[in-house]
Amino acid sequence: MRVDDPQLKKIEPPKMTLADRFFLPQVAAGLVVTGKHIFGVAFQDTAITVEYPEVQHVPSPVYRGVHRLNKDEEGRPKCVACMLCATACPAHCIDIVGATAPASWPDREKYPESFVIDELRCIYCGMCEEACPVEAIELTGLYDLTGLSREEMIFDKTKLLSVFDVTRDAEPMRFTTPPPEASSATQALESPVS
Amino acid sequence: MTLWVLIGIVIKILMIVGITQGTVAYLILVERKIAAYAQDRIGPNRCGAQFGLPAALLQPLADGAKMLLKEDVVPKYVTKPLYILAPWIAIVTAMIGFAVVPFGPVGPNQLIDFQIAPNVDMGLLYVLAVGSLAVYGVILAGWASNNKYAFIGGLRSSAQLISYELPLGMSILGMLLLAGSLDMNQVIAWQSQNAWGVLVQPLGFILFFTSAFAETNRLPFDLPESEQELVGGFHTEYSAMKFGMFFLGEYLHIITVSFITVILFWGGWHLPFLGLTPESSGLIDTLLKVGIITGKVFLAILFIMWIRWTLPRFRYDQLMDLAWKSMIPLALINLVATAGIVQLVRTYWN
Ligand code: SF4
Ligand code: SF4
Repeated sequence: MRVDDPQLKKIEPPKMTLADRFFLPQVAAGLVVTGKHIFGVAFQDTAITVEYPEVQHVPSPVYRGVHRLNKDEEGRPKCVACMLCATACPAHCIDIVGATAPASWPDREKYPESFVIDELRCIYCGMCEEACPVEAIELTGLYDLTGLSREEMIFDKTKLLSVFDVTRDAEPMRFTTPPPEASSATQALESPVS
Repeated sequence: MTLWVLIGIVIKILMIVGITQGTVAYLILVERKIAAYAQDRIGPNRCGAQFGLPAALLQPLADGAKMLLKEDVVPKYVTKPLYILAPWIAIVTAMIGFAVVPFGPVGPNQLIDFQIAPNVDMGLLYVLAVGSLAVYGVILAGWASNNKYAFIGGLRSSAQLISYELPLGMSILGMLLLAGSLDMNQVIAWQSQNAWGVLVQPLGFILFFTSAFAETNRLPFDLPESEQELVGGFHTEYSAMKFGMFFLGEYLHIITVSFITVILFWGGWHLPFLGLTPESSGLIDTLLKVGIITGKVFLAILFIMWIRWTLPRFRYDQLMDLAWKSMIPLALINLVATAGIVQLVRTYWN
């Protein structure tokens, strides 16, 4: 970038007035601000933190915590073992072994025989959630993820499915309707030139 | 007789040392609470709840135990004698200032002299002299640590304290001219008969209070330990109780500075309409005086903490500019003007 680039915007720092240069009015203004906060917390209970173990913090709906593997209406994992999440994962912490789906599951070709996420390597970026074509993997609001060993923190399919059972009521699946039929979704485009 | 005087002094010393150390422990709790409130947090409130005590009243005990039980790491590369000496200097210089600070009424007809060394004529001079010794603790700590961050912290501290010593000393001269004495009891007596120092010397008060912040290394002037650039500044290499002693020293300094502020500018034990005079003795009056002076000191300490959680740190050049280009000239003007007025009044009124 050149120094005389016409797109460059030069911003001057605001000029300090005489009162500003004496600092004291600004100091007083600052004291008023913090004074309000101190007074509010001390007498009006405006603290934004909670007393943690007794009061549980409720994270925002978009909080990205422990993963869960969603189940469909019949209790089967929705995952179709497409590996998209494992591919998208920047931390390479998802390990999936796919297998051919049993004949009784006509709506899919494969299912995950094993689905393992290393919760310690995960950076909770949510890429897996975004990559999944069937909304099978989701990040929940569970934030107190603790364990006594590294092995304990490697979540397998059973554990991930059980996270779904725990959080199902508090956080319903974001997309519950099955994906629309392919025939109705794709329609022949009308040619613009006719 | 002399033996009894001696025993009395020893008791006073022990009491003051004990009381101030205990106060410091609880001041740290107060400071943490104020910090939490200013940041919309709740702050410590657990320690002691097991024994039915409210508001984390046992927190200072836990903090102290932590300081004492922690591993005391002394790095191999430090200059050991000075490294060990430095925290002691910090704490001792902060303590001996209390020798001349009146905690209550002092005088020939009082019950007790609330001062370890009563009626020292050069009391304020002594406090200033001892206060500026504190910088040796910081410089030696920085130098003995053989660590660049600690060293820079120590250097900054020496430059800062030398600069702020000047406005600190000059800002109280006006008040001393008015009171006509360096003895703190005389200054209080003058204020109780005339007006509080902050009313007759507002500029002097502001200058004194500001330089007092710099002297105690508190925000907004805590450049010697600015965490962002210097890790921990002069105490980077200190741990456990050695670090705790610097901490203690800082808070003792705050108490001293608050006492001086109250004595010089907030009228000491004087409150209007209570009818307390320098001569009034008797149990109730004495208790009142002690209570008022401690209450005022507590208010001053609270204010200092409030400032700390309000203002961000100055940049180093701004700090120096403030001292040399504004505060020292202002202090000089204040001094000359006060001297002129005092001279005129003394010549033409009396
Ligand atoms: S949240 Fe990010 S890091 Fe964690 S499993 Fe999903 S894609 Fe990988
Ligand atoms: S969770 Fe979703 S993206 Fe990952 S393998 Fe299963 S279906 Fe594919």
